[in-house]
Amino acid sequence: MYECTVVGDNTRTESNYGLLGGCGVSEQATEQQNKQQDGSGSSQTMSRRKFLANAGYAVGGAVVGGVLGYLVPKGNVGAVPGSPDTQPPANNNAPVNYNEALMFFTQEQFLITQAAVERIFPADENGPGAAELGVAFYIDHQLAGDWGFNAREYMQPPFFVGEKTQGYQGRLRRREIFYIGLREMQNYSQATYGKSFVSLSPEEQDAVLTAFQKDEVNLTTISPSGFFNMLRSATLEGVYADPLYGGNKNMQGWVMRKYPGSQMSYTQIMDKEFTVLEPKSLRDHL
Amino acid sequence: MVKKLPKVDVVVVGVGWAGGIIAAELTKNGLNVVGLERGRERTTEDYFMVHDELRYSLRYEIFQDLSRDTITFRGNEKIRALPMRQYGSFLMGDGLGGAGVHWNGQTFRFLPYDFQIRSMTEERYGKSKIPEDMTLQDWGITYDELEPYYDKFEKMAGISGEANPLGGKRSSDYPTPPMVKTPNIKLFEEAAKKLGLHPYMAPSANLSEAYTNPDGISRAACQYCGFCERYGCEYGAKADPVVTVIPVAKKTGKFEIRTHSNVRRVLHTDGRATGVLYIDTTTGEEIEQPADVVVLTAYVFHNVKLLLTSGIGTPYDPKTGKGVIGKNYAYQVQKGSAAGFFEDVQFNLYAGAGALGICLDDYNGDNFDHSDLNFIHGGNIRHHQTGQRPIQNNKVPADSPKWGAEFKKNSLKYAYSVINVGLQGASMPYRHHYLDLDPTYKDEFGDPLVRITFDFEEQDRQLAKFISDRCAEIVREMGANLVESLKELGPYEITTYQSTHNTGGVIMGASPDTSAVNNYLQMWDMENLFVVGAVNFAHNGGYNPNGTVGALAYRAAEGILNYTKNGGLLV
Repeated sequence: MYECTVVGDNTRTESNYGLLGGCGVSEQATEQQNKQQDGSGSSQTMSRRKFLANAGYAVGGAVVGGVLGYLVPKGNVGAVPGSPDTQPPANNNAPVNYNEALMFFTQEQFLITQAAVERIFPADENGPGAAELGVAFYIDHQLAGDWGFNAREYMQPPFFVGEKTQGYQGRLRRREIFYIGLREMQNYSQATYGKSFVSLSPEEQDAVLTAFQKDEVNLTTISPSGFFNMLRSATLEGVYADPLYGGNKNMQGWVMRKYPGSQMSYTQIMDKEFTVLEPKSLRDHL
Repeated sequence: MVKKLPKVDVVVVGVGWAGGIIAAELTKNGLNVVGLERGRERTTEDYFMVHDELRYSLRYEIFQDLSRDTITFRGNEKIRALPMRQYGSFLMGDGLGGAGVHWNGQTFRFLPYDFQIRSMTEERYGKSKIPEDMTLQDWGITYDELEPYYDKFEKMAGISGEANPLGGKRSSDYPTPPMVKTPNIKLFEEAAKKLGLHPYMAPSANLSEAYTNPDGISRAACQYCGFCERYGCEYGAKADPVVTVIPVAKKTGKFEIRTHSNVRRVLHTDGRATGVLYIDTTTGEEIEQPADVVVLTAYVFHNVKLLLTSGIGTPYDPKTGKGVIGKNYAYQVQKGSAAGFFEDVQFNLYAGAGALGICLDDYNGDNFDHSDLNFIHGGNIRHHQTGQRPIQNNKVPADSPKWGAEFKKNSLKYAYSVINVGLQGASMPYRHHYLDLDPTYKDEFGDPLVRITFDFEEQDRQLAKFISDRCAEIVREMGANLVESLKELGPYEITTYQSTHNTGGVIMGASPDTSAVNNYLQMWDMENLFVVGAVNFAHNGGYNPNGTVGALAYRAAEGILNYTKNGGLLV
């Protein structure tokens, strides 16, 4: 069993996962702990939320509001937090998708991104929207890698403000732009509506995104429209890239669009009328 | 300390189409050739997981790493050139095979008019038709003289096509028949014929049927998988130096390829090239490779960079118009197309091949009367079905929102109902469009980046609008419910992908005063140095350039063989 001492002051230590004054205990250790205690409990139902509620490590017995504010409901990542269907399903045999975890975003950044991309590509009668398709996970995973660091781009100084025709001349990497952009979306929402972005109505969220798209937000650090365009492109990538990358969950983006994915040959249908084929992923190619 | 290697007959810098063709021809004729390729080795096995739009189309998997080397760009001399920090307007290949791996395979011959463009334009319209600052010039070779080399390239690649009713004459048919006529292609054909135009199936380097070429290379037919441009071909169906000419050269036992070998200088003494200096990028070692003949077949920008940094030839001076290295840089007028939205019909547009298509030349070259027009030349008009992949193809009508519920609905509705008819517009050279070395920015070795000074001119704007209107007429005739076409060209900008058809900088011509190489692509100033590629184009014609690059490579190979036997200037 994991030994832990509550730190008296609010010092953050390396093992501290952000619990104010608490101890950083891994979820896995907690799972083990809880399994031992009551012999039941699937890994699906044990969450950070439950840990915080049950483990009693919170300061003074009450859980600090901010700590709980950005928990990501497992089991139904498409749901908006606070809505009725945030309860994980009872089915314990559903396959676990370990890819649905964060390698870059904080939970707050993830939830803002998820809400934003859902506005860009919403669920409708055609099928799922960006949230259910895993687009926010896709973007998270991309920012964690090469693309987030502009690794294969020319990032040498000197930097000058150029003509529009000369392209991006900034010194910020994409992950820095996202970091700032998401924070500024949050700031703008608070300043305009007095609420966080994820708590706004869809129409209000659209208004925030439009303000960024039209450069109506006063920022000195990044271009609001540049950030919006990046978000929009990343949304389309997340909807339609091979599911290997974390989006286009279960190829549902392709199914919705009647896109066949990766097929070896189309010789049979080239002279035919429009034909819908069962989509195949890169995994089918291995 | 530079390691000096034993001398070889020929060293080829950059092993793509031009380098591969020259290596094959020279080694078949007994010469020992070393090919220095800055990128890595490549085989068809590398392409087996290639149907990945994100990785190849959006993350530029097989393209040059811009963090190591890029170009700088400015629209004119009054502003500061800045680096192309991210890909946009064009994409630079990397690795064995170069652009020959990631191209679509659209393979054309330029028109007879292209090779004698200045004399023919003046003859028909008078000298004043050509603006004073348009540095138009004849190529120093005629179509008829280049025709046998076009034939050779087409037979090596197995080009699938049918005769162009408005093109130069051919000594023989295409080696394989045209690709399949899909329903949308048939629709274009009917519409074009109704308008009195002359459509023909676009010539394709994606084989319509299994083919064995004169070198004995057998390749399979294209499967229309829809992953051509920006991808390697896992079937070997798309003509690629890696599956055609490089194996032929290697089989002779006389071709040694060294990959990860970045050439930094052409070495020379007393007006003769002595070899090249390169860096082995895996170890950092500096190596000198001496050779009797040096051939530069890298990409356009790198060929120019090598000449300028090595101090070979006279650099072009835009103020005086004198000098030749860097002169007559041109591009392609690609913007200027029409899109037809069909309400009640869908086509199998997710499938296709890079060069599957239909086209016409009624508005190309001087095939139409320019007397009352404010531009010269024109472009090939075409409808290609290359395979519309989902991330990059979400076209909606202009007045539709570009995100949100309405956007999603429209993009899904029109996913397979938008037919594009576009142009490959010719690009004329100008006195103030050129390549030189940037004064500020450097590559990974500390060498200056190449600087592009280029913009669209009134010539381009008029051409684009005119041809785009012709495209719209065809799309309308095809029965589209909504037709959208180019409103105006605007300035040249480096952010939107248009075309990787960069041309000029070491142009060919009849005189050493106005050109850098003769019509065997031999440097006037250095007889044992040959420079070959789209870099030789004195202007860019109304077609994709690679057919002409291939022809020039076969021509250069003949010249080099001739030179090794007899010496001297070949022209």
